[in-house]
Amino acid sequence: MSLLIFKSILILTLFLVSLGIAAYSTYAERKVAAFLQDRIGPDRAGPYGLLQPIADGTKMFLKEEIIPMFSDKWLFILGPSLFMVTALMTSAVIPWGRSIEIGGQVYSLQVADINVGILYILGIVSLGVYGIMIGGWSSNNKFALLGAIRASSQMISYELAMGMSVITVLLISNGSLSLNSIVESQGEGKLYGFINVSGINWNVFYQPVAFIIFLTCAFAECNRTPFDLPESESELIGGYHTEYSSMKLGLYLFAEYINMFISAAVISCLFFGGYNFPGIDYLGNHLPMNIVSLISVGVLFCKIFFFIFFFMWVRWTIPRFRYDQLMRLGWYVLMPLSIINVLITGALVTYFGN
Amino acid sequence: MSSQILFFILASLTIVSALFVVFSKSPIYSVMWMIFCFFTIAGHYVMLNAQFLAIVHVIVYAGAIMVLLLFTVMLLNLNKESEPHKSPLPKFAAIITGGLLMLVLLAAMHSSTLPEYSSPAFSDVGYVQKVGTKIFTEFLLPFEMTSVLFIAAMIGSVVLAKKDKN
Amino acid sequence: MQLTNRSIVVVNKQMTWMEKLYLPAIVMGLAITIKHLFRKKATLKYPEQTRAFAPVYRGMHVLKRDEQGRENCTACGLCAVSCPAEAITMIAAERKKGEENLYREEKYAATYEINMLRCIYCGLCEEACPKDAIYLTDRLVPSEYSRGKFIFGKDILVEPIDKRVDISKRKKAYQIKS
Repeated sequence: MSLLIFKSILILTLFLVSLGIAAYSTYAERKVAAFLQDRIGPDRAGPYGLLQPIADGTKMFLKEEIIPMFSDKWLFILGPSLFMVTALMTSAVIPWGRSIEIGGQVYSLQVADINVGILYILGIVSLGVYGIMIGGWSSNNKFALLGAIRASSQMISYELAMGMSVITVLLISNGSLSLNSIVESQGEGKLYGFINVSGINWNVFYQPVAFIIFLTCAFAECNRTPFDLPESESELIGGYHTEYSSMKLGLYLFAEYINMFISAAVISCLFFGGYNFPGIDYLGNHLPMNIVSLISVGVLFCKIFFFIFFFMWVRWTIPRFRYDQLMRLGWYVLMPLSIINVLITGALVTYFGN
Repeated sequence: MSSQILFFILASLTIVSALFVVFSKSPIYSVMWMIFCFFTIAGHYVMLNAQFLAIVHVIVYAGAIMVLLLFTVMLLNLNKESEPHKSPLPKFAAIITGGLLMLVLLAAMHSSTLPEYSSPAFSDVGYVQKVGTKIFTEFLLPFEMTSVLFIAAMIGSVVLAKKDKN
Repeated sequence: MQLTNRSIVVVNKQMTWMEKLYLPAIVMGLAITIKHLFRKKATLKYPEQTRAFAPVYRGMHVLKRDEQGRENCTACGLCAVSCPAEAITMIAAERKKGEENLYREEKYAATYEINMLRCIYCGLCEEACPKDAIYLTDRLVPSEYSRGKFIFGKDILVEPIDKRVDISKRKKAYQIKS
């Protein structure tokens, strides 16, 4: 099997897995919401309501497609497409597991190991805001425009603190921006220099502050509660997607769940050791390579699912911020905190060596 | 050979999108084409093996500055009726300055010798470590000067934005 | 006047440094919500499970027949008079010869209509009835698509001979009460 065929299969799988997880995130969102509120949630479509995403998707497809009369038609269509494309593009640089061996050849479970991996993710995420802005503006609706403006200013504000918190992680990793080497560096070495368990040398134990900053910013970037001001139903009747209907609305909602999936994956890779798990070396020495790889993929997905659950858990716990509070948190709290964190980490790294 | 074809496709896309920026009627479309133009330029960087530069170009220009620009354009009232009547003087001035700039560029092109195009061999010139080392050793002074310039710009904007107490 | 001692006095005090961090409060909130994840769910899966009705539940009306299958109602109009929502109308008629097996007394209701949209299910008609004819039951009024269909006539209200509506529990509960 040539590398090209393998990569194509990997891309296709990732595409389908992202979409599938996004679809079932909608179901999980409703179920988690229900369970946290002492209800049981959707349970009519199929056993335990498992076919609910299919029913929802069919509903979206079959709804009437409305394009507002005075909207800019091309931009109106471009908006959701752009949002979806940028959401799907990010999965390319995430290492999904240890390398696997097929027919004597070793393949890495990562689509592209580019040496600016984490910057690539930040860049693509920052492009996602265009989908929202264009969609909001071209709707020719004041609520949609307000939602778009809120979204863009929120995203720009929180990107800075996000980048700063990533820098600290890079400082204590191998100094490479590639996500693969960041993950690998968390699999080797001893935790705090003396706990000798392989695969638990996670960044979160060294950088808890950076983790909290990154998590907060990830909430803001995904437009999740408590930062869901761009689409706050009670104030902006949906915000930037007020005028959207049918599958174009579906694309917006779907892409948001894909974003959530990807940010969960990035958090796992940056702070929770990616596919590493305690005792990975022991298993690696005693089991066939491919089985360990599959276990590592499973472990990464467990971490991702936990974070998706965490996103939902927070959504049904914390109320929405006010807009000035949001900006104050971003600029007055997270930004200085992350800069101080970078300075302290830099000083420690210089002083102690790695 | 294939990289040369890629280069010509990218270059023509860059020029076409840049022309669209100028000739689009709606400012929003202008901004969109400009973002596209930035992407093609980032593509050029990637072809020169400067991946870091390419991605930073996308993050800073396409991801942040153009968002702010789009932001401003969206908030403007772009109805034709409300547009104030402009005198033709600035247009003439713009044409003259633009023409002068073009003249300078053409003269520079004419006097310099263009090196033969060769597809760059794989090198790690554009990698983050290399760029970082260069910035903090060889190009330290320009780098620090740029940061001073940025700080000056920031302070200036704060001063301008601050309300007059009187 | 102080009714309970649960009221909390609002103080505009400055938050302490710990409180300004918000993180402890957020963690506490998360703990509360996660506790609810494992609680017993309050949901009732409706068509499969139904909630138990109280014996005196006031639902859809029924016009009773006696043991021999004759209608009890004599169209005296007391229910219509007592109805606060003025939902009941009726037209009385005289029993003809040969109809003794249909109506218990000489006078009967030729039409008897209750506007279910006006009815407030107070049960006063039931209390006013001297002939044991009208009762509210634990059946629910079905939903319809037009308002006209909510004016229930005798075809819906009178219990079928072969499908009697059991109201013995209700009667018993009333007897205990009085």
